[in-house]
Amino acid sequence: MPKAKNAADSGNEPAVAAEEGEDFALRSLQQAHAADRRYKASKEELLHFYEQMLLIRRFEEKAGQLYGLGLIGGFCHLYIGQEAVAVGLQSSLKGGLDSVITGYRDHGHMLAYGIDPKVIMAELTGRHSGISKGKGGSMHMFSVDHKFYGGHGIVGAQVPLGTGLAFSHKYNEDGGVTVAYFGDGAANQGQVYESFNMASLWNLPIVFVVENNQYAMGTAVKRGSAETHFYRRGTAFRIPGMQVDGMDVLEVRKAAEIALEHVRGGNGPVLMELSTYRYRGHSMSDPAKYRSREEVQDVRQKRDPIEHAKAELMEMGVSEASLKDIDKRMRALVTEAADFAESSPEPEMSELYTDVLVERY
Amino acid sequence: MAIELKMPALSPTMEEGKLAKWLVKEGDEVTSGDILAEIETDKATMEFEAVDEGTVGKIVVPEGTEGVKVGTVIAMLAGEGEDASAVEAPQPVVEAQQVKSDVTQETPAESGTAQLASEARPKVSDPEVPHGTNMKTSTVREALRDAMAEEMRRDERVFVMGEEVAEYQGAYKVTQGLLEEFGAKRVIDTPITEYGFAGIGTGAAMGGLRPIVEFMTFNFAMQAIDHIINSAAKTNYMSGGQMRCPVVFRGPNGAASRVGAQHSQNYGPWYAQVPGLVVIAPYDASDAKGLLKAAIRCEDPVVFLENELVYGRTFELPELDDHVLPIGKARIMREGKDVTIVSYSIGVGVALEAAEALAAEGIDAEVIDLRTLRPLDKETVLESLAKTNRMVVAEEGFPVCSIASEIAAICMEEGFDDLDAPVVRVCNEDVPLPYAANLEKAALIDAPRVIEAVKKVCYR
Repeated sequence: MPKAKNAADSGNEPAVAAEEGEDFALRSLQQAHAADRRYKASKEELLHFYEQMLLIRRFEEKAGQLYGLGLIGGFCHLYIGQEAVAVGLQSSLKGGLDSVITGYRDHGHMLAYGIDPKVIMAELTGRHSGISKGKGGSMHMFSVDHKFYGGHGIVGAQVPLGTGLAFSHKYNEDGGVTVAYFGDGAANQGQVYESFNMASLWNLPIVFVVENNQYAMGTAVKRGSAETHFYRRGTAFRIPGMQVDGMDVLEVRKAAEIALEHVRGGNGPVLMELSTYRYRGHSMSDPAKYRSREEVQDVRQKRDPIEHAKAELMEMGVSEASLKDIDKRMRALVTEAADFAESSPEPEMSELYTDVLVERY
Repeated sequence: MAIELKMPALSPTMEEGKLAKWLVKEGDEVTSGDILAEIETDKATMEFEAVDEGTVGKIVVPEGTEGVKVGTVIAMLAGEGEDASAVEAPQPVVEAQQVKSDVTQETPAESGTAQLASEARPKVSDPEVPHGTNMKTSTVREALRDAMAEEMRRDERVFVMGEEVAEYQGAYKVTQGLLEEFGAKRVIDTPITEYGFAGIGTGAAMGGLRPIVEFMTFNFAMQAIDHIINSAAKTNYMSGGQMRCPVVFRGPNGAASRVGAQHSQNYGPWYAQVPGLVVIAPYDASDAKGLLKAAIRCEDPVVFLENELVYGRTFELPELDDHVLPIGKARIMREGKDVTIVSYSIGVGVALEAAEALAAEGIDAEVIDLRTLRPLDKETVLESLAKTNRMVVAEEGFPVCSIASEIAAICMEEGFDDLDAPVVRVCNEDVPLPYAANLEKAALIDAPRVIEAVKKVCYR
């Protein structure tokens, strides 16, 4: 390498070596992952992941149906196609300790963190028994008990908020980590980079997760992003990046473990890019003009995370009948949630004025 | 010709300072850029640099001298070829060298903010302070600092973050000494990224901490307003009361002196419009301390609006171990029977000045300091209106959709029968704040305008 030679001649060799060392640090997690891509799940574990992904899929299908019936209003963003991301990542977290925060496409992350589908669905229908008493809706749901901090409707806002949650983990020295999800669209918000800077500067325990589902509403990644490799976008802040196939739950799980080990070791944040795909529109009213039906169909047929896990389970000797049983159980759970959501009363009129402020003045 | 070195003005509002330390002695050679002395004001310590080359002849003002007026000759510098030891300091009576110029010089008008200055002090003691409490004097700046320090001692979860709050000791010295006492874990310098750190503070509050987020001024909070409104104010409601956000956003608000439009705005009405926020804008030291302590303890997100021009004002402060005041209560600063002047923040000083002048003309004005802008203490306002039947609102801020507009609406809707005259608003002019001193003066409220409005509603 002539460049290195020149540097050596001018006595700059140590500086160059140090720079290369630093560059390696930024790539080290990616390389560790390349060397060991997939989590070696037992049959029971993979069955559990399959069940969770299926729960999310069936839940979202039902939500879409209820929207069509006019039972769900406003904006409703479905997670269908992206299930492996939330399940692979959150299965590696310490429930009750690690915190999770995301944007408006939040149903899947809640289900993956063990929150009761009934109270989520009842929130979608705007009922008193919804998780936010019907006052939040699809985009604004929280469960402090589960350390799920929303559900935020402003694109990108969850990134500094998540960085603040990570700040509180560090401040309290509780050993917890925050996972902050955002999309490829949110990844272009300035506040994301302000957060990267401070998270890295203060060595905060946070995993930034870009769910790259290829479209920011209707804008394809390449039409909105100068750097389409989102995992590289932490480099300027010395945050190591990882590029992960978000359609393979075992690959996601393995990558999550590598990232979490780094973060829990006190080494500061990690930026993961999960390549994924949403099958449905951005929200329920999507013109579907910005991509072809064939493109969607192609991903469904070739990369579907649930079908992928199903095939793998059958290879492991799980019978098709028992997989069908799981599907039946998940459908029953979702039906129960929908019945609950439809039959619960709307909030009392008095709720209009509650929870505006905590205290009375 | 020996050069006079004069006490410099290191900020737009500086009138005098302390000559803290000489870094040169008589006979030293200096070149331009050398640091000659350290000068302290109530806001900051600054270095005084040489502009000219020469030899330090005579040090006129010794180090440690306090209250050195801006423009005072502090030392003499001998130029090339001059005998430094022979340089004499000018006699105080001798006028400084005349500027030789054909251009007619006009003395620029003083800054408009000078008309916001007030020597008037509250005439009524705060009923919230126990009768017979010992009082000491304190600046608003010290009162705010002490409030934060006391709450940080009391609750480990409380921390301060913002630009220059730690090592610099606060851009306006409000956080002075906190780093030393509480360390870098709890007194945190941020990069210049208001949107980012307002979000981080809000997230930390969601995570169970008690952040105090300082904005160097509220003008810069415009970059962060999304987190104040959308993230902090609305979350408790949207979560059905599950997720609290006990964060305090604080910093100077309102017009400062000669800094132009982008650094001079009162955001009180902006925040006061938002359900889910508590908005506090104190005037004196006692309220600054008692209400900041209450804000830090409060479970709700608080926007705490201070005023740079008031930081250095001295007031009485109760000597209490734990001086906490109730949020949402206005305070009667002066009792009167003829007319009510409602104000808040720096406007209270203007209102008190006006009331004193009016008293001399036989008009007995009551002055109310709202203290909290949200929730607004309508009761105190309406009770006063029922007594005086006339109301003027004095507000250092834009007139349109102002707190004054809100007070007028409340009086119309709930106090109509008590009104003997329309409520009159005295606000700044409806223009961005200009830089030129004369225009700035014209744009800001002052006591004469309040007096004129009072006479109007009194039909005098």
